[in-house]
Amino acid sequence: MRHTFVLFGRQMRHILRSPDTIITVAVMPIAMMLMFVYVFGGAVKTSMGDGVNYVNYQLPGILLMGVSSGVSYTAVRLFTDIQKGIFARLRSLPIPRSAPLWSNVLTSLISNAIAVFVLVLVALLLGFRPSGSPLRWLGAAGILALFTLALTWLAIIPGLTAKSVEGSYVFSYPLIFLPFLSSAFVPTETMPTALRIFAENQPMAGIVELLRSLLSGGSVGNEVWIALAWCIGILLVAYLFAMGVYNRRMLK
Amino acid sequence: MTNTAIGVKDLRKSFKSTEVLKGVDFAVKRGEIFALLGSNGAGKTTIVNILATLLKPDEGTAEVCGFDVLREPSKVRASISLTGQFAAVDGMLTGRENLILIAKLRDDKKPAETADALLERFGLTGVANRRADTYSGGMARRLDIAMSLVGHAAVIFLDEPTTGLDPEMRLEVWKTVKELSGSGTTILLTTQYLEEAEQLADRIAILHEGKIIATGTLDELKKSFPPIRVEYIEKQPTLEEIFLAIVGKKEIVK
Ligand SMILES: Nc1ncnc2c1ncn2[C@@H]1O[C@H](COP(=O)(O)OP(=O)(O)O)[C@@H](O)[C@H]1O
Ligand SMILES: [Mg+2]
Repeated sequence: MRHTFVLFGRQMRHILRSPDTIITVAVMPIAMMLMFVYVFGGAVKTSMGDGVNYVNYQLPGILLMGVSSGVSYTAVRLFTDIQKGIFARLRSLPIPRSAPLWSNVLTSLISNAIAVFVLVLVALLLGFRPSGSPLRWLGAAGILALFTLALTWLAIIPGLTAKSVEGSYVFSYPLIFLPFLSSAFVPTETMPTALRIFAENQPMAGIVELLRSLLSGGSVGNEVWIALAWCIGILLVAYLFAMGVYNRRMLK
Repeated sequence: MTNTAIGVKDLRKSFKSTEVLKGVDFAVKRGEIFALLGSNGAGKTTIVNILATLLKPDEGTAEVCGFDVLREPSKVRASISLTGQFAAVDGMLTGRENLILIAKLRDDKKPAETADALLERFGLTGVANRRADTYSGGMARRLDIAMSLVGHAAVIFLDEPTTGLDPEMRLEVWKTVKELSGSGTTILLTTQYLEEAEQLADRIAILHEGKIIATGTLDELKKSFPPIRVEYIEKQPTLEEIFLAIVGKKEIVK
């Protein structure tokens, strides 16, 4: 554990020293949010009826996009450490063999939490008005943390296996795009049937619905279990696969 | 404890269809500087990685300080320090922070003091607080070697410490390595340069086509080959000539 924290300290120092990466992580979702709220928001709202706060409506999707692009840095960090031989040096040290991986997981959780915090602050400025109890916000934070954890382990796989930097982060593009194909920004009712079935059942759809209920005080039903099942399922599969790759391929 | 720091027996390793190590045998005594000499692609890094527990051998055994790399990898890691083929320093951190990082990972009680002492010893005090990505190749390599000295590992691997450095920087690194000898630390050095092996090593092993084709001190290697007579002047063969003679003979035998 101590070694994991030492390595975590190193990686947080990297993040603080490369403001460009902080800016790219935060700016893209902020720009998206501005676009949704001010460009599309008006039109979407007229079709959804008056009572809707569109900033509230689109925030869950923006948060998932932010985390999806944030975890790509985990893959890039791992890839660069491997390429520079730093990873080999770390793995030849008398520290627990999984410490270099867990330190990356910890870094991802903390840096994405900071990004989410910034996004929520910006949303508050734009008119985000959460309702519901602090317990529900805690629940929202919990599901976001679980989502980050699952995607981070997914990111570790290309981080360990990629042949180029581009190859290490390209996996995040479809993830960033996925919220568009859900109810994250527009209701699914007007979508063609096939697309609608996908949009209502893909992994991020359930998580978006759950976050929206938790943050806007709606009733929380089945979507808790759907969202948890997706997150835990992806986490388990990605973790086992990543560890398998680490123990076999990394020896090469 | 035995007198053997590194023992390698009949080590074999293939990557897909290419057989890189075809039964490598050598032993390194405690406290000596041992050079593994071989051309590019001979398999030097492969041997170092197996000894550093980063790579599994296909067959044969490899022991470091009496610990088998497959059976007791964590004890092996507690005995070694790896300086890879390319300087593995963290460019985003300063030289001092790089040393402190390794010191903390090695459970050093006084990481800052250890770092300062090494910076001083390697002539890096002046650039200690500059980010390592601003260092020259020679400076980065010295920092890299300094990082390997943190924690006083019994065995240090130096994989091609001077490849890619200009001649001046090479002399700088040689000086550093020479200073390490006699400290009781065992050093396994790999190199493509005959001159480097001559300069630094107590004993030399020549790795060629997956096998060790000769081992010994420079004198022993020289003695095992009759002096070459040119006209009436007797000339001792250089290591280069020995190398070429052995390699040439093998080629003919095949
Ligand atoms: N991970 C790997 N996968 C496939 N081939 C490899 C791998 N590592 C090394 N090789 C091959 O093994 C041979 C020996 O490599 P290496 O040990 O790096 O040689 P050296 O360090 O002596 O230059 C080379 O032909 C190299 O291409
Ligand atoms: Mg090599």
